[in-house]
Parts: sequence; C-alpha cells; structure tokens
Amino acid sequence: MPEAITLSVNGHSVTVPEGSMVSTAVILSGATSFRRSVTKQPRAPLCGMGICFECRVTVNGRPHVRSCQIPCRDGMDVQTDE
Amino acid sequence: MYKPMNSSRHNCDVLVIGGGPAGLAAAACAAEGGARVTIVDDNPGLGGQIWRGEQRKPSAPEAAEWLRRAQTAQVEFIGGAQVYDQPEKGLLLAENFDGVIGLRYRRLILATGARERFLPFPGWTLPNVMGAGGLQALVKSGLPIDGSKVVVAGSGPLLLAVAAYLRKSGAEVLLIAEQAPQRRLLAFGLGLWNSPAKIVQAIKLKRQLAGVPHLTDCWPLAANGEERLQSVTLRRGRKTWDVACDYLACGFHLVPNIELAAFFGCAVHAGAVQVDEFQQTTIPDIYCAGEATGIGGLEVSLMEGRIAGLAAAGRQEKARVLIAERRRLHRFADLLNRTFALREELKSLPQPETIVCRCEDVSFARLKKQTAWRAAKLHTRCGMGPCQGRVCGAAIEFLLGWQAESVRPPVFPVRIGSLIRDTTLVTGQE
Amino acid sequence: MTSRVFDLAIVGGGIVGAACALEAARAGLSVALIEGGVIGGGATAAGMGHIVVMDDSEAQFALTHYSQQLWQAIAPELPSDIEYEECGTIWVAADEEEMVEVRRKVDFYQARGVAVEILDEHGLGEAEPNLRKGLAGGLLVPSDSVVYPPAAARYFLERAQALGAQLHLGRAAVALSGEGVRLNDGTVIGAPVVVNATGSWAPGLTPGLDVQKRKGHLLITDRYAGFVRHQLVELGYLKSAHSLTSDSVAFNVQPRKTGQVLIGSSRQYGVDDSKIEAAMLSRMLARAEEYMPGITRLSAIRTWTGFRAATPDKLPLIGPSPGEDWLYLATGHEGLGITTSMGTAKLLVDQLLNRSAQIPVAPYLPSRAHEEAMHA
Repeated sequence: MPEAITLSVNGHSVTVPEGSMVSTAVILSGATSFRRSVTKQPRAPLCGMGICFECRVTVNGRPHVRSCQIPCRDGMDVQTDE
Repeated sequence: MYKPMNSSRHNCDVLVIGGGPAGLAAAACAAEGGARVTIVDDNPGLGGQIWRGEQRKPSAPEAAEWLRRAQTAQVEFIGGAQVYDQPEKGLLLAENFDGVIGLRYRRLILATGARERFLPFPGWTLPNVMGAGGLQALVKSGLPIDGSKVVVAGSGPLLLAVAAYLRKSGAEVLLIAEQAPQRRLLAFGLGLWNSPAKIVQAIKLKRQLAGVPHLTDCWPLAANGEERLQSVTLRRGRKTWDVACDYLACGFHLVPNIELAAFFGCAVHAGAVQVDEFQQTTIPDIYCAGEATGIGGLEVSLMEGRIAGLAAAGRQEKARVLIAERRRLHRFADLLNRTFALREELKSLPQPETIVCRCEDVSFARLKKQTAWRAAKLHTRCGMGPCQGRVCGAAIEFLLGWQAESVRPPVFPVRIGSLIRDTTLVTGQE
Repeated sequence: MTSRVFDLAIVGGGIVGAACALEAARAGLSVALIEGGVIGGGATAAGMGHIVVMDDSEAQFALTHYSQQLWQAIAPELPSDIEYEECGTIWVAADEEEMVEVRRKVDFYQARGVAVEILDEHGLGEAEPNLRKGLAGGLLVPSDSVVYPPAAARYFLERAQALGAQLHLGRAAVALSGEGVRLNDGTVIGAPVVVNATGSWAPGLTPGLDVQKRKGHLLITDRYAGFVRHQLVELGYLKSAHSLTSDSVAFNVQPRKTGQVLIGSSRQYGVDDSKIEAAMLSRMLARAEEYMPGITRLSAIRTWTGFRAATPDKLPLIGPSPGEDWLYLATGHEGLGITTSMGTAKLLVDQLLNRSAQIPVAPYLPSRAHEEAMHA
C-alpha cells in the first residue's frame, strides 16, 4: 500500500498522503480557485460533502468531477478552470 | 447500439442508503438478526459526516464500536455510489465513477443524514469561506490546516465540535460566533441537567476550547478579500469589527436530506421524513432513521438507526424496547432545534447584489422581484443548477418563505448514460 | 364586480398571449392579459425555444418564415437573458434516403428565398464534431435561432405594459363570454373581445375546441461549451411529428448560451400526467446517443415535461371562433409556438383591426375545421 500518491494538478506534480481527496491535491498545488462561476468569479469548496458542486474540476479529461468526493490515485491528471 | 459503461448487480435483504451513524447502527442491527445487509453511500468511506475518516484515523470510540459491529455482522459497503432512480419495486440504480450498479433489496432504510444550512452574505462565495462541517470535512480529507487562522461562525452545536476538531488539528481558532441569543444558550445549558452524558460532553468541549472566545448574539456581516478570503466582518449588538483570517467555517445548523425519500413517495412534513414508531415511512418496506427524520444529533441518530435496523429485520420486539429512550432523546433534540433557531436579523444579511444561487449567480435583488419558487426558477434560473437547490433552497425558505417544490428525477445529477435503461439490469417489471 | 372595460382581454400569459398583448398594445388597443400561474409557465417554459423555418406545408412555411423574420428584426433589442442566438439548424441525414429529403428541402427553401447549405458527410463532421461518423450529411439553415422562451414572454409583456397593457396575474380565468373574462374570485375583466391563448388548456375555456395535449420530455445538462454548436434535428423528426397515434422520440439537441445542452424530443398522445416517465426518457436519450455517442458522458441536471397544444391538421388556430363573435383563438401551436408567436400576434391583430395581413390567414382560421366538417 503506497504511503503517498503523486498526481498532476494543472501540469504541476503534487504528492499527497494516501486517502486524500482530489480537493486536497488542488489546494496543495497552490490553487485557491477550483473553478469559475458563470460570471467568472473564483470558487472553491463550500460544503465538503459533495452537494454544492463548487469544487468541480476536470479529472483525466472528465469535466465536472466533485473533487471533494474523489480519492487521489497515482498518475491522475487534474485541471481546474482557469 | 448503446453500450453502457460498467454495469453490475448487487443483491441483499436490507439496503441502507447512507453510512453515517444512523446507517451503521441500522445495518449492524439488521445484519445481527441474520439479514444480508448492504450500505451504499456517495462518500468513498463509511462514517457519513460526523464520523468521516474514522476508519482510517479512529478518534471516537462509539464510531469504532459501530464499525466493528457492522463488520462482524458482515455488512457490505458500496462507496462512491449515488442512488438516483427506482425503476421498479425492489430495485435501485446507483451511479459510481465507472458506471451503474443495480441494487436489489427487500427492505430499504434511508439514512441520508443532513446538510448544512448556508445563508448568503456579502463575500460568502469567496474561496476559503466554507461550511463549518465543510471545513472539517476537507481537513479530514487531507486539507492542511496547521497554523491557519480560522473564524468559526453561524449556529448550532456543530460549531463547537468543529472548532475543537480544528484546534486539535493544529488550526488557530480565533473565535466562535454563535447567532443564538445568550439567554437561549444558557437555557439550553440548564436543560442538560438531566443528561449526564451531555454534561460530560459539554465540559470536555469547554476544556478543548479554553481560550477561544465564544461569542453569542454574534454573526458574520461580510467576508472580505479579492481572490480569496482575507478577513471577516462580525457584528455583535451595536459593535462591528473585522478579523483577519485564512478560513471562515460558517454554517447555520442543519437541514435534513429528504430528496431521496420524497422521490420514493415517502411523506415529508416540515422538511423531515415522516416515520412511525418503528421508523417506517409511509411507503411499505421503506424505513428512515437519523437526521433525515429531523435534526437530533448523534445519539438520536444511533437510536433511530437501531430501531429501524431491528424493525427492518423483523425484530420488532427488540426495537420496541428502545422506543422510550428514543422519546427522551427526541425531547433533547427539540430543545436543541429551538435553541439554535435563526433570528430575524439574519434575513437582512444578504445585500441586493449578494449572490444567493451560486450555481447560476443569481443575486438577492433579482430573486426578490419574484413571488414564488417556480417563477423564480423560470425567470432567474435560480435553483436550476447542478446543486438542484440543495445550497440555496434552505436559505431561500428562510429569507423569502418559499417552500421547495416536489422532486423530479434525476434526484441527483448523473450521466445521461445512466438514464438509458440497461435491460440487463432493469427487467421492466413494475 | 366588473372592472373597467378593455378593448381586448387575452387569457394566457405564455409566449403567444404575451406577443399578442404587445402587438395589440402597439396598435393602440387597451389590453388586459390574464394569467393564473407563472408568466411563460406552460409549454413556453417546457419547450426548446427553437426558432425554425419549417417546410411541412406551404402554410406552415409561410407562418414560420414570416415569424422567423420578425424575430430576426427584433433580435438586436432583445435583453441578454433572452439568450437569443442565431446558431442555425442542421437537419441531420443518417443515410442516402434522408439526403434525398435534404435535396428536396434545398429546392423548396431556395425557391422561397431562404438561404440554406447542403453539408456532406465531411462538412457535417466539421460543423459538428460530436456527431457520430457515418452520417450521410445534412441541411444547414443558418438563419434559424434559439431563445430562452420564458424570458421572451416576460419581455413582451413588460413592453406591452409600458404601452398601457394591464397584467392580471395570479387569478385564473374560469369563464369567457361576451362580457369579458370571469376570474376564479368572481371578478370580471370586461372586454367586448376575448382571446383564448391558453395552449393545451384552451378546451377548458372553449369547450369543443379540438386541441389535444401532446406530452414531451426534455433534459438539460451541465455546461459543456462547444459540445454542440447548432440546433441539431434528425430528419426522422418529421416522421414522429406526423404520427397521430403512437408515442415517438427523435434526436433533437440544442446548444444554450450557457454551454448547457438541451435534449429532446418526444411526443405522446392521450397522456394527461406530467410526471417523468423513465422509459420514455430512456428511449429519447438512447435516440440521442445514436447520433451523438459522447452525449452519454454528459451530466444530466434536470428533466421535465410539457404539453404541446396539437390540432388535427398541425396548423395553429389564429382568428375568430366560428361560434362566438366575441371570441378569438390564438392556440394550437404544437411544437412551433415559440417560433410562430410573433407571426401569430401580427395575424391576430390584423384580423381584429381589419388590417391587411402579410401572409394569407385562411389556413389558420379556426373556421376552417368548421367549414371542412360542413362540407364533408
């Protein structure tokens, strides 16, 4: 069982403890904004439990993934809205 | 010819939706009676909100106890799966990252829990303004909080629990702002006199939060910052002041998650699922336990879960024994909800340009021009985004008095592919 | 209790009623519009908001073309929340047989001054990369557009009100007569002429009217900018719209300005219940997948249904009722209410004021059915 997981956020390599959600990786990558609202305001996680949809990012090419609900996996490619 | 993503089948006697305290207790009690039991939850792990991460990092003995009991009784767990449809009696469809699962069951227990009530105020959409439970959940999911300055605000016993947890995790909790009036909190404290367990809990929290100002009659007026939160403006009486901080953990108590129950046709009253003495809903073979039947806290959830699990497994006599204790716990829950009721001043928190619907960026001013939910949805798009009104709905009910409308499928956003009938899963028998 | 008397009372605050109110107000009539629920809350809210020229018949072409040009003329003044977008329509041909139909349509439209373009398989793929490979081609109609209909209904009404029209919102009409419109609280809105523009509810106020409900399902996705660029409709759509008895689905998707994808379409006869039917939804989505396989990966946020108002000959009823001289009809628009709302308003007011109309009104006269029955 790996102790740490390495994935890519916006092209930058990030290492997180095993069991971390993708939201953790995004924050550790230095990004404060996860997505842009419909009027282009910066947004980040609000509810932490998968119902607010503010933490959405693109994971391995799949858009609108709730990062607070998805555990990190080695080699994941995560993109935020910018 | 349409080829669905991975689809799999799973059978059980008792299906429990939600793996928090109520769901765990229900599952364990049903399984201990010999039923084949499965818990399904949208979260990747068991524990719901309050026991999130307990499997990995145990800290609450009660959580360990129920996790152990469920495991011993061979309760199965399907995580990362969101239930979204009931194509025929005894069959639910759940969507996970890779596809769809067809879940066949005889009896259903809904333990869908609660979510935080968010109220809009200027700046509440800034990054690093989160729910109180929200920030706790993110820290449990790995967010580093060591050394960060946090203001905890809003309402409810959750604030204290969150503040204590954050402090233990290394955060500098600057203060706790509770909107409830001091006299109500004092009355609440006095109401604990006949509950030794609660008094012990209260003393423990007081110790954990020594030195952290706990301000009643206090609430946030604004969150300030450009690209993210930099400070919070607080009000208490006639005094207004700013507090520089890294995070604002703000939630105004809880609202039950009743959408699935409503979708299945269960009667809902005053925003909570109606149940009888055995936690059965108005739909035969569907039970409901925990916060979804009304906010009551951990002990109520466990008790209701136990009763539901026993009843669903045909062990009514064992369930009956617990009813008196549940009644007592409900009285405490009523006191809890009265204590943390929202004060009228909070209705003036949002300014005209404050965003109320975050999914569609609808301002309070635009919303106020409408007369009811349906008109608001059509003419502002409020509530038509992916959260399906879960974030803005409770706020709008408080601010404008509009009641939520009936639930239409999909009860949660799912891939279009999941809505195309997979005939290997769905036989088409009603 | 009778209120002041208006020249005209319009019942129904959908896009057709609203457009009629505006046109009547512009013509100098004093207008009352009665809506018991939400402005634009009926089929106006449910439908796809497609402004489309159709060639099913000369009469259908005349009305849709006339209306589409009226929309185009006001497009520059429309507020942004109406989301008017001239994205064009592509009628998608799956095979060579449907390409024959494409060529027929080209001849039809070109002969009548509508600019169109044939797309071959390659051209179709360029125009819409998310359509599956192997489709034969299509017909591009660049001047077709899409709107968000409830906002348009609201806009028409606001402009009508600015010209003096009175809106009576929240109390439903229960009876129409030569006195005017009686509301559910007993109030009578007095007017010598009443217009029934209540869509699929029209027979409730005008008994005997042959307007039937045709239920449709719709779905909208999360935001996927660029996934689809034009309104896409399969040529088989026409087969489904023609069927009088069986339930049918057709591939029909629309890009919204928000980047959301709006998916239809389905038609059911004789169903009164507005609840979502999962089997019908599944059929409709499966049909969409046959044309756009990638659509199955998009996130579905909401589904809903609506009732189109259908007449036996598929043309709307615009003009005086054959029975009562105080009653006019503006209903029965089936799936073309959004498009033809503007033309309907013109033709209705033309007839009210004995103005000469831009297109022949005979095909839409309510008396046409009456006369046919008499001559049968």
